[in-house]
Amino acid sequence: MSKLGLDKSLISKARSSAKNVALDVQAFIDDHTTVAVERTVCRLLGIDGVNSVEVPLPNVVVDHLVENKLLPMGAAFMLGNAMLELSLSPIEIAQGIDKGEIDLSKLKIHSSKEIEEAIAPVAKAMVERIQKNVDKRNEYLGKFGDKVGPYIYLIVATGNIYEDITQAVAAAKQGADIIAVIRTTGQSLLDYVPYGATTEGFGGTYATQENFRLMRKALDEVGEKENRYIRLCNYCSGLCMPEIAAMGAMERLDVMLNDALYGILFRDINMQRTLVDQYFSRVINGFAGVIINTGEDNYLTTADAIEEAHTVLASQFLNEQFAIEAGLPPAQQGLGHAFEISPDAENGFLFELAQAQMAREIFPKAPLKYMPPTKFMTGNIFRGHVQDALFNMVTILTSQKIHLLGMMTEAIHTPFMSDRALAIENAQYIFRTMKDFGDEIEFKEDGIIRNRANEVLNKAATLLSEIETNGLFATLEKGTFADIKRPFNGGKGLDGVVVKDNVYFNPFIPLMKKEVKDE
Amino acid sequence: MSSGLYNLNKVEFDKTLDLTKLKAYGDTMNDGKVQISFTLPVKNDERGEEAARILAKKMGLSDVNIAHRMSLDVEFTFYVVYGSLVHSVDYTNIHVQTVEEETMSMEEVNEFIKENFHRKIVVVGASTGTDAHTVGIDAIMNRKGFAGHYGLERYEMIEAYNLGSQVTNEEFIEKARELKADVLLVSQTVTQKDIHIKNLTNLVELLEAEELRDKYVLICGGARITHELAKELGYDAGFGTGKFADDVATFAVTEMLRRGLGK
Repeated sequence: MSKLGLDKSLISKARSSAKNVALDVQAFIDDHTTVAVERTVCRLLGIDGVNSVEVPLPNVVVDHLVENKLLPMGAAFMLGNAMLELSLSPIEIAQGIDKGEIDLSKLKIHSSKEIEEAIAPVAKAMVERIQKNVDKRNEYLGKFGDKVGPYIYLIVATGNIYEDITQAVAAAKQGADIIAVIRTTGQSLLDYVPYGATTEGFGGTYATQENFRLMRKALDEVGEKENRYIRLCNYCSGLCMPEIAAMGAMERLDVMLNDALYGILFRDINMQRTLVDQYFSRVINGFAGVIINTGEDNYLTTADAIEEAHTVLASQFLNEQFAIEAGLPPAQQGLGHAFEISPDAENGFLFELAQAQMAREIFPKAPLKYMPPTKFMTGNIFRGHVQDALFNMVTILTSQKIHLLGMMTEAIHTPFMSDRALAIENAQYIFRTMKDFGDEIEFKEDGIIRNRANEVLNKAATLLSEIETNGLFATLEKGTFADIKRPFNGGKGLDGVVVKDNVYFNPFIPLMKKEVKDE
Repeated sequence: MSSGLYNLNKVEFDKTLDLTKLKAYGDTMNDGKVQISFTLPVKNDERGEEAARILAKKMGLSDVNIAHRMSLDVEFTFYVVYGSLVHSVDYTNIHVQTVEEETMSMEEVNEFIKENFHRKIVVVGASTGTDAHTVGIDAIMNRKGFAGHYGLERYEMIEAYNLGSQVTNEEFIEKARELKADVLLVSQTVTQKDIHIKNLTNLVELLEAEELRDKYVLICGGARITHELAKELGYDAGFGTGKFADDVATFAVTEMLRRGLGK
């Protein structure tokens, strides 16, 4: 039942506009592949490790494909062909390419049917490995039960995976439900994924498969002691979006930041590249049972939270449809937004409440991700603690699910252990003392909150219908989201995008993509 | 917890303000009261509390009151501590550098540029190095600005180029040259392990190596940047939190005039 009296036909109209935008882009996605997608295929076929100069073997293979103009055929086709010709496994082929002993362009080409049959058992073995991770997670959740109410989401960011583990274990004991390991500054712009356990990073820790494994193990251990399943989160964005998804699926990550548009807007990654990459990454996340978090909250760090609220909602609609196209169900769509209205704005809290309640009603099954105040955190830690308390109230009043804890020392330093403990105490206090308050209140007809929600929905529906007319690419060129303009052929990573050849196939799409029914 | 909420001991001290012996203020002049909090990697027990008390005394606190202690983990305890700081400073003998211009409004800056330079001023800004945060540079440059202060993009007489984040110092300099910049703005948000200092120093070194340093008004900004730090690193000015586009613009145009740039 709507507390806001939202117009249902307007919601349907907005959703159908977003669907048409996604379908339009999907046609483009289906025709293209990228270096990142092909490296991901390599990883999923078991190619891992680095060569003598630290270049990851998936990069070695894909660079070889690019040099020989074979990228349009796809890694699966070329590796499958080499398996038939050389009777070697994919990783042995990768090592051979690295040593200069194998040149894929010199091999006799087999038929597509033979190649697909050669690849199938290797691909199936990986899919089964990932399925086992999904089963293991479900077994844990069955044993301990899942958290009712908001998941408390905490960040660690020391740069050193071993120090991160100390902090994460302490946070889990204090009540964290999700631990996110922030990536080192700049990783999103690396066109490769570093290898092994790492102890040096700035503002965060490298996302590597080994780091994922180490943290997963530590959280499973503390979870066993605490009788809770502690979820692990990382960042599936940037130039290696689908590779990170694959690594996360292999190491049983549970949550991934994974926005369709974020890289384009905030990292100046080329839009063609990101849109193709996000699709495969979401197919993998969908299959692996990973909850994705979308990045609408970021819009409000550059654009005004009152004036631009409708762009957040419009983007949520788009992210929802892109997720559905990739087979990622609503229960795994952690659509994002944030508590970023200026503390100086009169009735700002009411506007925040309206926005959060609106998102809740429009996306009823989505585990919404709610981000704390950052833009107006000043270094006045005492006021900051109050801002975070107000943010906590909105979450419990409107049933937000993934609650990223605000730190009173935001804008000063990466959190101390004590900052985190105080933030958890603050949230737990408010979640306890106001637990069922949301069920007790209704919003006044024609009042500020209802009117605000309806106004935002109206504007979002209008915007989506414009995007439907102009197409997403033109919209991004115009600077509609976050006040940021991005050209179709600008940004990083464009040279890694190619049109697929007729023989191209990606064995993991049919194996992993789920069917998601429209709401 | 420890010694009770109210201190009934009559402590005699001079209650008149003496700026040569400035002390922290709690509720009475010269009481020296401060609050601190910290975590020790030990169990939450009496022994840990005593350790916290000794540490506070070493910091220069007397009448130490461990107001609160709580476990963060088995071997980590958080303490909230109050006490009287014995130290004082001679306020009369302190000199700090700040940017001292009277801040002009957007309209005044535009007028100032028209009168003194007869052309638009080119400002190029970026968040440099590996820093992915655009919050700072956006607050100063984006049209919309921040907290009611319009950004430089809105200034009629300023041509503002915001290069965004993760711009290398080399790219930044190249772009500055290409756009014939008058003013360079560098934003640094990530300060872990002092990476901002290294990065800011590197930019100055590169500019000096190419003999370009004198051509530009060079300004840095960020939450942990002070004017003093900026001067030390070889910048013309530094702006921390609470400073806006108009502060930056005012400094930039007056500095240009002072140095005879932009003719």
